[in-house]
Amino acid sequence: MINIIVNMVSRLLRGIGSRMIARVWRLGAGTRLFMLAIVYSGESFRRFHLTLREVYFTGVMSLLIIIVSAFFVGMVLALQGYNTLQKYGSSEAIGVLVALALVRELGPVVTALLFAGRAGTAITAEIGLMKTTEQLSAMEMMAVNPIARVVAPRFWAGVISMPILAALFSMVGVLGGYLVAVPLIGVDDGAFWSQMQANVDVRADIINGVIKSVVFGVACTMIALFEGFDAPPTAEGVSHATTRTVVISSLTVLGLDFVLTSFMLVV
Amino acid sequence: MDRTKIDLWVGVFVALGAAALLGLAMKVGNLTSSKIGDTYSVSASFENIGGLKPNAPVKSAGVVVGRVADISFDSKTYEAVVTIKIDKRYQFPKDTFANIYTAGLLGEQYIGLEAGGEDDVLKTGDKISQTQDAIVLEKMISQFLYNKASETDKEKSAAPATSEPAKEKSTELGDAPF
Repeated sequence: MINIIVNMVSRLLRGIGSRMIARVWRLGAGTRLFMLAIVYSGESFRRFHLTLREVYFTGVMSLLIIIVSAFFVGMVLALQGYNTLQKYGSSEAIGVLVALALVRELGPVVTALLFAGRAGTAITAEIGLMKTTEQLSAMEMMAVNPIARVVAPRFWAGVISMPILAALFSMVGVLGGYLVAVPLIGVDDGAFWSQMQANVDVRADIINGVIKSVVFGVACTMIALFEGFDAPPTAEGVSHATTRTVVISSLTVLGLDFVLTSFMLVV
Repeated sequence: MDRTKIDLWVGVFVALGAAALLGLAMKVGNLTSSKIGDTYSVSASFENIGGLKPNAPVKSAGVVVGRVADISFDSKTYEAVVTIKIDKRYQFPKDTFANIYTAGLLGEQYIGLEAGGEDDVLKTGDKISQTQDAIVLEKMISQFLYNKASETDKEKSAAPATSEPAKEKSTELGDAPF
């Protein structure tokens, strides 16, 4: 009787332990891939068309989803903000609310989440399939370093695209908020912009938002690359890796956002 | 899609990003409006600065003429010493008044300068001697309540004799500055 219980408990503990070790192993392997991508990134700048092609696929192709969602996010922020602000008779502050919310938080974070869903999954599936069809091994046979040829250009493309997409998201969001607040609700045009300009600081708000989006770009792209590189070479393995990319990227972005914000606000 | 077309689209993408950043800095942020050229710094002591913070605006007649550079505490006089930087284009007489005002009822606090009549102007290192503290809302409310309580006490004791003076005082209270 006691034997059975001890057995069960030890199996449970072993299961937890092995899962933890697997996580730590993956973290280490991911960090190694990150380091290798940086070490071998020379080629992605020497042969810049490789990186440019990836910027096209991760950045330019994400433009539509980013712009459309930014527009709606800005409009909803203005509507919701107005609803509460007008209770306190300060509906002119709606510009500040929309701009600060977008520039500080929603711009970088929502862009990163959309990026993980739109571009991250594509990266994981592509590299996973390359691995499954043994293209990566073939490259190695031809003395082409797959990290320099496949991983590094995608990494740099993600790091370049993310801040651009986030800046676009914030700007389009502000325009969407303007469209709802001024012509639709009837907030004063001058007060909308002047209050915004008086309360949004270039260094503390805008530059910090850009820093955030660069960090998210590194994190999201690296997770997508690693999941693809680490995927078991089967159809099921690639599909699981793609799912994990979205889940891990989203959680990482939200966690990192809290950490970064707490660092930025303490100063 | 051939490479030149990709180049074009990436170029458009990067240009859009740069335009968005520039727009954020110019239209949303305060890169253009907060520009103050050469400044000279003067100091002023206040007994209470309320919620004044570094980088708060210094206004004269409603126009931003400078910024609060530094706030420190003088342990000898127990007063707050505020250093302000004023744009070199604007000169103020030596007997200028420095008051701490609040923008709106609960808004941010700023320093208002009211020019005096002297011919000498303020220079770097000068001290503004005439200052007025920030209005602390709690203090005013407690003062008001205290006055009100003492009024009603007086009213009670004076009521049997005459009710006229009490009435007069209550209207006086109604004209209180808040």
